[in-house]
Amino acid sequence: MQQEMNQVEQLIGVILQIGVIISAIIIGVGLLALLITGKSGYPAGSFPTHFGAIFSGIAQFKPYAIIMLGLFALILTPVLRVVVSIYAFFKERDLLYVVITTIVLIILIFGMAIGYLGK
Amino acid sequence: MIHSVVIILCVGVLAGILGAILGIGGGIIITPVLTLAFGLDIKYAIGASIISVIATSSGATIAYVKDELLNLRVAMFLEIATTVGAIIGAVLVGVVHTGFLFILFGLLLLFSAWNMYGKLKSGNEVLHKVEPDKIAQRLRLNSSYYDKALKKQVDYQVENVPAGFTVMFGAGLASGLLGIGSGAFKVMAMDTFMKMPLKPSSATSNLMMGVTAAASATVYFFNGSIKPQIAAPLALGVLFGATIGTRIMQRLKPRWIRIIFIPIIGYMGLEMVLKGFGVTI
Repeated sequence: MQQEMNQVEQLIGVILQIGVIISAIIIGVGLLALLITGKSGYPAGSFPTHFGAIFSGIAQFKPYAIIMLGLFALILTPVLRVVVSIYAFFKERDLLYVVITTIVLIILIFGMAIGYLGK
Repeated sequence: MIHSVVIILCVGVLAGILGAILGIGGGIIITPVLTLAFGLDIKYAIGASIISVIATSSGATIAYVKDELLNLRVAMFLEIATTVGAIIGAVLVGVVHTGFLFILFGLLLLFSAWNMYGKLKSGNEVLHKVEPDKIAQRLRLNSSYYDKALKKQVDYQVENVPAGFTVMFGAGLASGLLGIGSGAFKVMAMDTFMKMPLKPSSATSNLMMGVTAAASATVYFFNGSIKPQIAAPLALGVLFGATIGTRIMQRLKPRWIRIIFIPIIGYMGLEMVLKGFGVTI
């Protein structure tokens, strides 16, 4: 049981590291492209803020679009943290905290949806 | 271009180190630097702050594969209060008068600074009660951590769970409504009210900050408050700084963390009270 728990924690740690490192790499690639080419790919003062614009910008290798994708991935890393925590509590058979953490995830997704749909 | 990127990267590293040690978001460094030194509009400075809060949190998360300090149960239980508070706060923007709230939360921070000073003088870091708190026991919030500075395993208990939960709700409300970093309030709820030791309080606050910030980050992302040329170097700097800060924090004596913490929340508290009276420093 204890050994299994350690493996779970190990796995979760690695998943989180991969998630954060991937977003850092995307941001880093975009920033390097911006510095090397000196072009953002967009008119001065503007940048893409919606998925359609971001993905079509990435297809054309526009630095700002790559950066925005990386930043969005970074925003998702805490969500990943909550999701793997649910899994960890589930593996510990701690149902109370599976429920508590699931409530947190629902509130979090609700908050993010408000940001996407509203304002 | 490259000049400002390098400066922002360095500011990010500093903010990440400090933020990860103290469990606060680093907005206290980033916002003034971006608005005063770079003349950036406050809208973009807040967007950049949100990114730096998430980067601090995620950078601290990946410093170690297994985080010994973090109390995941406390984090998730209190996170309910904070995120609900943050969403209600965001909805109430423009509806309620904020002057009074600035004074209230400012005074709360000053009280916390005073309380921390008391703890520093008495040297009482860890709560040990013969009769453990019933709610804390039922929620399995009591825990232990290995302190690398003291070179021993520290078992600790928490108490006043309802009070901590209420302050956390207030912390969320404040961050949603007043747009201020809620990290200091989170540490305060755990350290001052729930009597949790400072190191686990800070590490737990770090995790929670990221989750709370993510809940509101999409607002800023989709309304165009997050400027890529500012946020990209900042995020990378903060991520790197936070992994360093987490390592430093593990090795610092708790009293040293407190000594850095007290003037910072004292300053924040004073600034907020004055802002409530219409004075900006």
